[in-house]
Amino acid sequence: MSLPAIAVKNLVKQFGETTVLHGIDLDIPQGKVSCLIGPSGSGKSTLLRCMAFLEEATRGTITIDGEVLGFSESAQGVRERLPAATNRAIRSRIGMVFQQFNLWPHMTALGNVSEALKTVHKMSRKDAEDLAMAQLVKVGLESRAGHYPAQLSGGQQQRVAIARALALKPKIMLFDEPTSSLDPELTGEVLNVMRDLAAEGMTMVVVSHEIGFAATVGQQISFLDQGKLLFTGAPSDVFRKPRNPRLEQFLDTYLDRGASMLV
Amino acid sequence: MSLKLFELLLKASLYTIGISLISILIGFAIAILLSGAMLSGRKFFSAPAQIFISFFRGVPLLVQLLLIYNLLPVIGINVPSIVAAIVGLSLCTAAYQAENLRGGFASVPRGLIESAEMVGFTPGQAFRRIKVPIALRLTFPALVNEAILILKASSLVSVVGIVELTRMAQDLAGSTFLPLEIFASAGLIYLVINLVVARAGGLIERSLPGIPR
Ligand SMILES: Nc1ncnc2c1ncn2[C@@H]1O[C@H](COP(=O)(O)OP(=O)(O)O)[C@@H](O)[C@H]1O
Ligand SMILES: [Mg+2]
Repeated sequence: MSLPAIAVKNLVKQFGETTVLHGIDLDIPQGKVSCLIGPSGSGKSTLLRCMAFLEEATRGTITIDGEVLGFSESAQGVRERLPAATNRAIRSRIGMVFQQFNLWPHMTALGNVSEALKTVHKMSRKDAEDLAMAQLVKVGLESRAGHYPAQLSGGQQQRVAIARALALKPKIMLFDEPTSSLDPELTGEVLNVMRDLAAEGMTMVVVSHEIGFAATVGQQISFLDQGKLLFTGAPSDVFRKPRNPRLEQFLDTYLDRGASMLV
Repeated sequence: MSLKLFELLLKASLYTIGISLISILIGFAIAILLSGAMLSGRKFFSAPAQIFISFFRGVPLLVQLLLIYNLLPVIGINVPSIVAAIVGLSLCTAAYQAENLRGGFASVPRGLIESAEMVGFTPGQAFRRIKVPIALRLTFPALVNEAILILKASSLVSVVGIVELTRMAQDLAGSTFLPLEIFASAGLIYLVINLVVARAGGLIERSLPGIPR
């Protein structure tokens, strides 16, 4: 086994008095699509956000390609915040796609994708925009380069957001319910871009209620329930013979919604 | 009513416009400092800013102007009335504009900053490139509104001896015995000025790309 792309060790997350994640251990393998499924409120977003250090874990560590992100923790449990520049450098290997797209409304599609190349990587305007344009071509949006987010459909906005993340050449892509705020007829275009990315061998962590996507594209499925990881395994194990009663109950709700052919 | 009288009113309205414009700009600069202090999260900065804002929003502008005009000479600062007028209006509008700015900054969605962090922005870069432009867009309509309020409130600076549009109208009404014509003309001039401001504001607002909501 090669080094995991992301190693989550004994991750505990509390918001005030409430414990949202109860000691999660999870390895995200390199070059594969890992899916996080589970009921609403089970802690999927929180886990994903901890992986990106958008959320500070209360205990435990996140390791990206063998390097600790955010806080290191000694054997005695003493936690130490790593320097901001170190965290930024490690985080630059990760791209993140949000449920709400989070495109900057005052910049065009091209501006959104090229902004970090200019501001962070100090590329010339022309180089940055050429590279950004290539990413927009990849997600099929070259004709929308000059449009502002408000002028784009939800599916188009999410594809711009994916292009923005990809422009920085991340090794790992995190997706937090990328299609949940889209009209049903627009989810396909976003899922297709994600399928292409998976086919290229990108390491992906996908939080999604698209059980069909998880079943067909996912290579490792983890089931989270009430802040505990109840199951991690191959899709065939999850979908063909669910054993854990909570998992079975969770999948049943999707069977009821007509996803039975996928299971 | 003669053209001569109307010209006098127009000339006086230049004071109204000038004093208001300068006060709004100075007020904006002070408001940036005040809102920064309030958003700093440090009591040392936010408490004085809060007191300043409470005072200038809570005390009538007329009283503020009289205080400034009468108080400063007592502590040995002799200010010309034009300065007292601008100081009074600036401090008052600064308090309101600071509240607008604070609200604008607070309502920039957290996710837009997170997406900036995820593509490698430092906090400073995210502030300059994302937070400031969006907050300014969000507060722009309120700024235009405040400009119109200040243009109208500037009629109060006559109490420190500035002969702006309202005061000129009062003087002329008294000396010509044509109050109806004179005050109607003054009202018309205010209306035109404010329509121009509102229209210009609307045009600028529409030219700003992608205002959310
Ligand atoms: N910033 C926060 N403050 C307090 N509680 C939070 C916060 N974010 C999430 N939670 C709580 O943590 C739990 C898990 O949330 P989340 O990770 O968003 O779940 P999921 O993504 O699986 O729906 C929920 O009970 C939610 O209310
Ligand atoms: Mg979620």
